[in-house]
Amino acid sequence: MGKNALKSHSWLKPGLFILVLLGAWQLAITLHPRQLMPGPWKTAQGIADLVPHGLIVKDVVASVFRVTWGFLLAVFVAVPLGLVVGWYRRAEMALNPVLQILRPISPLAWIPIAILWFGVGDLAAVFLIFVGCFLPLLLAVISAVQGVPAVYIDAGRNFGLSPLVLMRRILLPAIVPRLMTGLRITLGIAWLVVVAAEMIAVNSGLGFLIVDARNAGNRYDLVVAGMVIIGVVGLLLDNGVRSLERANALRWGFEEKG
Amino acid sequence: MSATEKAASTTEAPASGGRVKLRTTNVGMIFQRDGKSLPVLENIDLEVGDGEFVCLLGPSGCGKSTLLSAMAGFLTPTSGKIRIDDEIVRGPDPRRIFVFQERGVFPWLTVEGNIGFGLSNLSRGERVQRVNHYIKMVGLEGFERSYPHELSGGMKQRVEVARALAVNPDVMFLDEPFGALDSITRLIMRGELLRIWHTERKTILFVTHDIDEAVQLSDRVVVMSARPGRIQQIVPIDIPHPRDISSPRYLELRDGILGQIGLAHRL
Repeated sequence: MGKNALKSHSWLKPGLFILVLLGAWQLAITLHPRQLMPGPWKTAQGIADLVPHGLIVKDVVASVFRVTWGFLLAVFVAVPLGLVVGWYRRAEMALNPVLQILRPISPLAWIPIAILWFGVGDLAAVFLIFVGCFLPLLLAVISAVQGVPAVYIDAGRNFGLSPLVLMRRILLPAIVPRLMTGLRITLGIAWLVVVAAEMIAVNSGLGFLIVDARNAGNRYDLVVAGMVIIGVVGLLLDNGVRSLERANALRWGFEEKG
Repeated sequence: MSATEKAASTTEAPASGGRVKLRTTNVGMIFQRDGKSLPVLENIDLEVGDGEFVCLLGPSGCGKSTLLSAMAGFLTPTSGKIRIDDEIVRGPDPRRIFVFQERGVFPWLTVEGNIGFGLSNLSRGERVQRVNHYIKMVGLEGFERSYPHELSGGMKQRVEVARALAVNPDVMFLDEPFGALDSITRLIMRGELLRIWHTERKTILFVTHDIDEAVQLSDRVVVMSARPGRIQQIVPIDIPHPRDISSPRYLELRDGILGQIGLAHRL
């Protein structure tokens, strides 16, 4: 009971702050009535408009679908590759300059190439998300592998594990805490990239909803509604990974070392 | 100094009188640090008998842990040879398990998972049986499903010892295994290690900087001097187990080693 009271109390301050912000927003809009920019009330109506057509569900599902594929693809390529590269430090040295050149290139710069290779459609968007997630994840895995305490590796070698088995039975579990953090950050990037990709490379999803609402008659209420939904879904995704992270930390008591 | 070394090298034969299990011949180790050569070990000649319990004793920085790592195959000596069963040691091997301080326990596995780690080639039934046997031996019944962070330091140390025993090695290397434990737990663990050694008869090489620990546990104490690490003297401990740690012979041996290290027994 006491814990619950504390929990609801922790919601009080942010809740109040959001109310104050909404009030300020509404006030600003009332003071400048000829703006195209909608107030919170009109935005809420915009969201309500999107619900009955099932549009909103369709767009959210389309965006989450692309993020899932692009993200998982990046995980399945970057994690094994990162384990190998982190393990064989020489390979890392060969790869490093290439990684450092590719890293500052925004995933959005790949949009023309994505369309060139995959045309306008899901594949182009998935590719862009993959590109956006792959490098940060690879670098996170490499540095996590190099941070694995030598004593775990020595113990593994002592039991006669071959390098491949050692990667699976020692390195992979040992990096999980840091991997979880990397995954969370990367999923955030994926969610940023999908919106941008959908503005150009496809005609569905939350990013498309936003440009489309603007192009089709300056429906800025729908634009802002789309933004709010992007924020909320992004928060839910982050919370999902975060709870996974916490479950793991709890199980292994890894928090202080992660 | 060199006279004592000569004297030491003549007393190298294993006290147990049995077969030689491990033999180092003229082992030297030089580390390269910032372009400078740092001699860590010099001229290490040692024979350890099968089933013998030998302590490597010396001040910190005397290279005793380095010597142990080289014997276990984690480091290659710069000169000389280390042989186990007349075979040159070329790398770590499941027949010889290194026990770290409790740091070596895998935090992502339960007690069961840790102890069964080296048994993946056994059938499930055999593995479970072996794991349970060693869980009982180290007194961790009831903690099979616990993760290491739920255990005390002494319990984690037991997990590591059990994990090593489970693969039935001939040799166990222990690097200050009880160094991080409180003094009461340390005493209990020493007793348990001796009990296990009496039943399992492994060859044990045990690194410590604690003179009492060395005299309480081992058949022979290898006293090392620092920088570069050399064998200063090898002291056979001729007190039968269980050892009375207030007997005159015990105190005599302990004081002798204290004298060897150059510390009179007064502060």
